[in-house]
Amino acid sequence: MSTAPGTDWRPTPAPSIVRRHDPVRGDDLLLRPERVGVLTGSAGVVVELCDGTRTVGDIVGELAGRFPAALVATEVPAFLERLREEGWLR
Amino acid sequence: MSARPWALLAELTHACPLHCGYCSNPLELTSRTSELSTEQWAEVMRQAGELGVVHTHLSGGEPLLRRDLEGIVAAADAAGIYTQLVTSGVGLDRARLDVLAGAGLKSVQLSVQHAEPRASDRIAGRRSFEEKGRAAAVVRDVGLPLGLNVVLHRDNLDALDDIVELGLSWGVERIELANVQFYGWGLLNRAALMPTREQLAGAREAVRRWRERLPAGPELVWVVPDHFDGVAKPCMGGWGSVSLTVTPDGTVLPCPAAAALPDLDPPNVRDHSLGWIWGRSEAFRRYRGTDWMAEPCRSCSRRDEDFGGCRCQAYALTGDATRTDPACRLSPDHGLIRALTEDKGGERPKIRHRVPGRAKGAAGRV
Repeated sequence: MSTAPGTDWRPTPAPSIVRRHDPVRGDDLLLRPERVGVLTGSAGVVVELCDGTRTVGDIVGELAGRFPAALVATEVPAFLERLREEGWLR
Repeated sequence: MSARPWALLAELTHACPLHCGYCSNPLELTSRTSELSTEQWAEVMRQAGELGVVHTHLSGGEPLLRRDLEGIVAAADAAGIYTQLVTSGVGLDRARLDVLAGAGLKSVQLSVQHAEPRASDRIAGRRSFEEKGRAAAVVRDVGLPLGLNVVLHRDNLDALDDIVELGLSWGVERIELANVQFYGWGLLNRAALMPTREQLAGAREAVRRWRERLPAGPELVWVVPDHFDGVAKPCMGGWGSVSLTVTPDGTVLPCPAAAALPDLDPPNVRDHSLGWIWGRSEAFRRYRGTDWMAEPCRSCSRRDEDFGGCRCQAYALTGDATRTDPACRLSPDHGLIRALTEDKGGERPKIRHRVPGRAKGAAGRV
């Protein structure tokens, strides 16, 4: 776990991680050695925006148009930070 | 249909340059001429992807001995399956890894037998430590994630600190510290491999210290020594629940050790689809869920956590695969495990190295 990133953090999946859709289960997945992350609900949409070009602010901005803005502003940064701590994003 | 499998252990060949006496492969190793073809493995991967498998561990034996390995990797990758090579490192040079990575290989898990070169070579039954070090460097150069896998037993548990240091110097992201399990050759060598309670306590404490010292990793995975903890392991995450194993000749098993169950009559990919095998075959349904359980498992609050432990271990120790795993302290047969783990002192038998051809007088229950 590296130290927490600044406000200019542009999240992207860590190098060994594969993101793919799982047609059998209907969810997006994050895959890495020995581990599967299942992105249920809107989690898949959030991670799809983590392409290394958008800052967390950009991602929140884009999602605010599609989901309740207040919820997005609090939950999305916390969710991204958790994925970073668990080694999925960097 | 029951929940879909996530992982496929593909035992591509039983051939191996190493001769580790803890190997969980069966005593009767499958010959090279009986192995599935490239096309058959490609079809296994295609069907596995359709069934819901997202991870495959390409293992053996030594999978690098399959000259068509890149074709099998490519087939798995095309099926959307994340591929991990599980290797001794013998034969893994830059040219070979470039081809494998080009075919879609995603990660490598390297086995090592000890942190000290001569001890590692002795346990492996051949010179291999140097080549493992070179293989680790090649994996890092190519940029694939690298894990280390160490089977822990009496002859290397005391070197746990050195093993972690070795992993750090090789740049690994994960170290699997797998306390020996007693199947196949490991069961044959049980008395020689059995650690002492003091060794395990020391190693456990060392792991705790390293985790504290290395919060940013590498990740240290401690595979519990079920003979000593009094708690049954949740074997395979439940029978026919999360993963399946395909052996070199196409036999499909709910657990890699299940070949030892004499009346299982496991299905083969040459005769049936993986979907049928997973959902319909008697072998996969036999111990799925909790309906098959007898007491004390049937009414136990932990039955959905440990699934009654390991069927193969219940069979190996009691002759009845439906009994509670004797590793559990609630098992009426727990005394069998206690007797095995008691340190009686005196001379230990020598480890018998894994070699092709049936080990004389060693088949069946031990």
